[in-house]
Amino acid sequence: MGVMTVSQALGFPRGEVEEYLDAYLNMPTLELGAEADRVRTRRHPDGNVSYIVDRNINYTNVCVTDCTFCAFFRRPGHAESYTLSYEEIGRKIDEAKELGAVQILMQGGHNPYLPLEWYTGLLQYIKENHPIHVHAFSASEIEIIAKVARLSIEDTLRELRDAGLDSMPGAGAEILVDSVRERIARKKTGTAAWIAIHEAAHNLGMLTTATMMYGTGESLEDRLEHILQIKALQQRTGGFTAFIPWSLQAQGTEMEGTLPATGMDYLRVVAMSRIILDNIDNLQVSYVTQGPKMAQVALRFGCNDFGSLMIEENVVSATGTDFIMPEEEMRRIIEDAGFTPKARYQDYTLVEEDPERARSYGVAFA
Amino acid sequence: MPELLERQLELAVRPTDPALLPIAEKVEAGERLAFDEGVALFRSPDLLAIGAMADLVNRRVNGDRVLFAANQHINPTNVCILNKVCVFCSFAVKPLDDRAYTMTLEEVFAEAESAGARGIREFHIVGGLHPKLKLRYYLDMFSGLRERHPGVHIKALTSVEIGHLARIEGVETVDVLKAMKQAGVDTLPGGGAEVFSPAVRATIADRKMAAEEWVRVHSEAHSLGIPSNCTLLYGHVETYEDRVAHLTVLRDLQDQTGGFLTYIPLAYHPENNELGNQMGWNGRRTTGFDDLKNLAVGRLFLDNLDHIKTHWIMVTPKVSQVALHFGADDLEGTVVLEKITHDAGAETPTGLPFDEIVRLIKDAGKRPVERDSLYNELREF
Repeated sequence: MGVMTVSQALGFPRGEVEEYLDAYLNMPTLELGAEADRVRTRRHPDGNVSYIVDRNINYTNVCVTDCTFCAFFRRPGHAESYTLSYEEIGRKIDEAKELGAVQILMQGGHNPYLPLEWYTGLLQYIKENHPIHVHAFSASEIEIIAKVARLSIEDTLRELRDAGLDSMPGAGAEILVDSVRERIARKKTGTAAWIAIHEAAHNLGMLTTATMMYGTGESLEDRLEHILQIKALQQRTGGFTAFIPWSLQAQGTEMEGTLPATGMDYLRVVAMSRIILDNIDNLQVSYVTQGPKMAQVALRFGCNDFGSLMIEENVVSATGTDFIMPEEEMRRIIEDAGFTPKARYQDYTLVEEDPERARSYGVAFA
Repeated sequence: MPELLERQLELAVRPTDPALLPIAEKVEAGERLAFDEGVALFRSPDLLAIGAMADLVNRRVNGDRVLFAANQHINPTNVCILNKVCVFCSFAVKPLDDRAYTMTLEEVFAEAESAGARGIREFHIVGGLHPKLKLRYYLDMFSGLRERHPGVHIKALTSVEIGHLARIEGVETVDVLKAMKQAGVDTLPGGGAEVFSPAVRATIADRKMAAEEWVRVHSEAHSLGIPSNCTLLYGHVETYEDRVAHLTVLRDLQDQTGGFLTYIPLAYHPENNELGNQMGWNGRRTTGFDDLKNLAVGRLFLDNLDHIKTHWIMVTPKVSQVALHFGADDLEGTVVLEKITHDAGAETPTGLPFDEIVRLIKDAGKRPVERDSLYNELREF
């Protein structure tokens, strides 16, 4: 296949793709950054850099997918495996709200022992007892929930949406090139299925994000192909709010020993993403994987959002990478770069524009 | 005009900050920057234009070459009479502290023993101001290392340590320098400069060697044919004006002696020291912007130094690699086992393998060249 064949099948003119490839391979890094910075300035002329206060709740670490890059999962029956109860999740939500959270991000392993009713029950329980925006269940989780329930993706998503699922995170995309997935995530959702699940969510009126995990040994062409897959879907649906590239953290995983992606790699990836994805509003830094220094520098290479202020994070920290910071520090870093920090909701409305929403969740500060 | 030449004359990124436009013109014309222009660079959020200016100047001097050394840090003692004076330091302790250590010469030689097998070409030796260790101890260390590792350069003792040894021996600093040179020391490290501003020194290092003395010791070293490095400790209480005043002192001395090899901005780390604790700065690091700007402004303001070094221990290997496009041409080496910054909370590795340094430089689109302490090129990769 290759990026040329795939991108033409997706409807991109050959010349456009050749230009991207040429820029990615040959354009000096500062010039690439300046081009991405111009795109960001046009799209976000207000000089704001947004972020969301939220908590990651990993409801289960039980997983049957055996991804070689993951240090978080445990097989069913493993002594360290866990699944949180509704009450434990509810407690975590209340703690998060006391710290100003306006959302929870719930993701977990692909646990075949949890039926659809567990998920819909959980969502209803949250909405009734601990109301907050629920950003949850990446495509590969949706896939296994549907499989266990023997329902179509659409019907599964509709059930979840009706039970209270507000939006879907873009995780599990890794690199949307099947030859790469075959090597690093053999049992995980394929490219076409990942795209189809997000498309179905968008068609049901749910907003989602998209990620890319690079540095797995894929080629630069593979990365471009991934970005173009996202761009093509966005042209059809407009349902992506943000794109979030980050690099493999291999420690403690089967892929340990893979040479880590560099700082230059990161800045070139974010700049190319900003230039190519002219139909997606927001580009997020990944301070959790790149560290606060590189994340701040990325604000001049096209990024306009600092992602989430994670009150709790378990998956990346399982690889030994841990850059969680307090809100005050995040704001200092954003201001130091010459931008104005603004807290936001999942749909990128600023909290100051709609404080009523936070109040309706019972968030402590609002 | 051939593309390469064109690149050496013109900025790849035009400033978007109007305050930088006159500076960009001077940089393109190769003119010296004034004090206010140094301050304006630190004030500006236009990181990419600052980087492009520094990159332009760097390319004129160094092309796309990046130098690094296979070096080993040795810290003979952490006992320091200034342990209560330098409130930014996490390494220094009192003689009876639980963490206090002083290496015997045998221990120093043992730590250095495998240097040859590991391809080490430089020992970087700095430590505390020990109240009892005499000049003899250090001279025996240097001559002992020289004898055991004749091919390895010795970069040793900051001017603060030299001032301390002169005081306890009752001699002049120039005498200490002469004895060091005779014992085999090739160059001096640049530490102990901190920030020359009297106000900053009064705040963070009251009673430490004054700026004038630091400058005098380096000047004496240069006149004895001992080149040295120079540094600035940034990211604590200093103002942008303090930084530029500091750079001006370094630039003036370099005009007189030409003895500085490289400039190394050092990022302050707040863990486990009095300053960081008092200011509530724990968990906080210098920002990526400030790390890159300090290198870039160093490159632009110090127009009479060939080399600007990025210290990956302090700013992370990722930022150091990016810094190669922001004016830095000199990458801190392999180090082997770093102690001082790690006592202050650094989360970076304590050493990097030789191959990893080569990879980072190549991945930045630059040409890795191993150098010796005197900046002679040894091998290209």
